[in-house]
Amino acid sequence: MPIKINKETCVGCGACVAQCPFGALSLVDNCAFVEETKCKFCGKCATVCPCEAITVVKEEMEAKDDLGSYKDIWVFAEQKKGQVAGVSYELLAKARELATQKPNKVVAVVLHDGGNAEIAKQLIAKGADKVISVSAPELTNFDDLTYSNVFYRLVKERKPEIILCGATTIGRALMPRVAVMLKTGLTADCTGLHIDPETGLLIQTRPAFGGNIMARIRCQNTRPQMATVRHKVFPEAEPDSSRAGEIEEVAFQKEDLSLRSKVLEVVETLGEQVKLTDANIIVSGGRGMKGPENFALLKELAEALGGAVGASRAAVDAGWIPYAHQVGQTGKTVCPKVYIACGISGQIQHLVGMQSSDVIVAINKDPECPMMKIANYAIEGDLFEIIPLIIKELKK
Amino acid sequence: MNIVVTIKQVPDAANVRINPETKTLVREGVDSMMNPLDAYALEEGVRLKEKFGGKVTVVCMGPPMAEAVLREAISLGADEAVLLSDRAVAGSDTLATSYALSQTISKLGAFDVILGGKQAIDGDTAQVGPGIAVNLDIPQVTCVRKIREYADGKMVVERMTEEGYDVVEVTLPAVITVVKEINEPRIASLKGKMAAKRAEIKVMSAADIEADLTRLGLKGSPTNVVEIFSPEARKGGVRIEGEPDVQAKTLVASLKEAQLL
Repeated sequence: MPIKINKETCVGCGACVAQCPFGALSLVDNCAFVEETKCKFCGKCATVCPCEAITVVKEEMEAKDDLGSYKDIWVFAEQKKGQVAGVSYELLAKARELATQKPNKVVAVVLHDGGNAEIAKQLIAKGADKVISVSAPELTNFDDLTYSNVFYRLVKERKPEIILCGATTIGRALMPRVAVMLKTGLTADCTGLHIDPETGLLIQTRPAFGGNIMARIRCQNTRPQMATVRHKVFPEAEPDSSRAGEIEEVAFQKEDLSLRSKVLEVVETLGEQVKLTDANIIVSGGRGMKGPENFALLKELAEALGGAVGASRAAVDAGWIPYAHQVGQTGKTVCPKVYIACGISGQIQHLVGMQSSDVIVAINKDPECPMMKIANYAIEGDLFEIIPLIIKELKK
Repeated sequence: MNIVVTIKQVPDAANVRINPETKTLVREGVDSMMNPLDAYALEEGVRLKEKFGGKVTVVCMGPPMAEAVLREAISLGADEAVLLSDRAVAGSDTLATSYALSQTISKLGAFDVILGGKQAIDGDTAQVGPGIAVNLDIPQVTCVRKIREYADGKMVVERMTEEGYDVVEVTLPAVITVVKEINEPRIASLKGKMAAKRAEIKVMSAADIEADLTRLGLKGSPTNVVEIFSPEARKGGVRIEGEPDVQAKTLVASLKEAQLL
């Protein structure tokens, strides 16, 4: 067992119990007791124990012996119909910054059908030193197996030290496959990345327990170090068409094509509406919207702001708006610049999906509801009266 | 049709609180529950069984107390329940967890489909489903909002995307992870509750699943937590007072001033 409590020296003060972020410690017969299945071996208890009664043996995976041969920071450049996802550009900018801390090339890897001939140049303008491009008709739509086969092969051959990818539907299906194929670590849905100046390792910060706790995670003994990263946490760079970069075309290998899965059809239901994940501003409605017809008002506000429409679970379960708009624990996690919560009381299941937004605006009749208490701007009142006035004000 | 549903026991988020002094998670008195998204996977599994025959086996990795969610799953229509419980898995990250679960599933005999929730609400990784698929060398479709067809050893499903959905044909066996839109889970019947009481939960150890111990727990986990901290609590801000038109004006002016518009 990697955590040991010395019953001789433990005085039962409970200092460790209070500090354990996971509630794994308790006092049993006046001595600290650890519930192993809850323990994450973070070692916080050992640091606060006044009697040095706790030792955490950091059991670790054996280090692979070729760690030094891995170089470069890769960004998986997600594209649909030749358009690169915003989060991929955000990650290129972040990778550039990481590359200054640890001299490394920033490489964008794009799997596509070749329909956008400018795609590699666009990636270079956005910060890539090099683009690895695999284009084939078989890569037109995302297929979990085909894409992971192609990407895995590239990683095996070229050995990047770090791989970053957007925490999108595609990213969160593709990267877990590739990481397990490589038997390396992957940290999901990160909101912070930096290089540890001492070890040179990528330190990955991510929320857990719905954002109630933040964890810093590293992958010390295997390579590459992989992370999927939440959209909108890092700014993208302005395109610089004077940037020079290398473009390498890699041929698609027919044997990488999946014979066991196939995309038959791609259906876009969102139309011209802004995607929740891309939106800088989200206007979200809850139970206080009172009915489906009133979501037209939110749509109008969202359009005036150039934003997207979200909803609470209550509104979705009532059938007022499709599930695709649901923000929260069983829906989407978003972090826009501005989140405008209209008639949403702010139950914890909703808050975990939006509490990392930069600025929260709440419009609610109940001044005491949780959303009004955490909002940067709280407006008490009738949203049916206030929202049209905001729209009018915006159109001035 | 042999259906496997992976479920996880998680703390009930509605009760998760932060101790304001120590800024840590208060887990005492917090109930555990079945991961909400897994409940949709279970319901879908039970519906497939009702339509096409076969059985539903629920598989969970966790401490002995996780037996509770397996019994709940039986009450909701699962036929058999397996709990992988062993000290050796403590501290497992998603790589080690997906290995442990795939070893467990491989000991249960042939199966047609493995269903699970898109992600668990405590870890939020969404990585274990795809990890199981790789370990068992089978295809996967994540974020499935509808199973359209099942015939000739294939399924046609709808995968939710940012813009809408993809229609995907997948050859079974496969891992399918589901989103909430897929169905509306039933409430346990009296008969189900009785079955849950009587059910035998098969508990398996690392030895039972013939696991390579170097691939479990901390030793089998490439990622580790170096630091845990509390995010800065949102303190709230200003209340915009006044008549509705003043409130609207003030809000727009404030957002413009902060260069948010």
